[in-house]
Amino acid sequence: MTLAKYERVTRSKLDIPWILSQTRDEKSGGTVVFIGTIRDNSEAGNVDKIDYDAYVPMAEKRMLEIEDEINRRLPVGKFMMQHRIGELGVGDVSVVISVSAPHRAQAFELCRYGIEEIKRVVPIWKKERLADGREKWVEGKVPVKADAEPAGATKGKRAGPRKK
Amino acid sequence: MTMKIKMLYFGQARDAAGKGEESFTVPDRSSVDFLLQRSSATHPKIAKMKEIMQVAVNEDISDAGRVLRDGDVVALLPPVAGG
Repeated sequence: MTLAKYERVTRSKLDIPWILSQTRDEKSGGTVVFIGTIRDNSEAGNVDKIDYDAYVPMAEKRMLEIEDEINRRLPVGKFMMQHRIGELGVGDVSVVISVSAPHRAQAFELCRYGIEEIKRVVPIWKKERLADGREKWVEGKVPVKADAEPAGATKGKRAGPRKK
Repeated sequence: MTMKIKMLYFGQARDAAGKGEESFTVPDRSSVDFLLQRSSATHPKIAKMKEIMQVAVNEDISDAGRVLRDGDVVALLPPVAGG
């Protein structure tokens, strides 16, 4: 079930207990949560901070499209995804995905699907601020097609309208 | 007749353009490609990045041949890197 009214992309600190409470579901046998955090290192060197930039209205739309697909695959259960933007320090939480599903396999699979799709299609960018003073944009993968369809979407068939 | 198009730059494109947004006045029925040429002429660094970027018109991914309408918002999107 899609939880309609919350900011999928936010400048606020992500509230993990609240997200867990929102995805608690008595019809589900388990909850899988992915918590993405800022690492103190990258290929470029030691990381101090990461600046996240986003095209917020489009990012919100893309997140809802991902949720449409999760909704299609998960008739019973609850899920929620939030991505933080702005300046984040080492250890800060940048993204949380929580999926409650009747069985653990579904919960693991859809949580993984959620984070992979966020990284693939949601218009968010990050610039690393390194300890030695350098700044470096993290280079995303160049999309193969002009329009990136969700990896698991059924060809020629869009997920149904979002449940309100 | 001309029309006014708002252009948005994100990520590396924001740095390349030196700004997050600007307006272009272009002839009626100009294409996305025409607008990109105008932007590239103004910002040489954008020209170098054009091949790897996607374009969104009014928040939907669009191809270069799309004909623009007055008031459209065109965003230049480098490869995404969220998470």
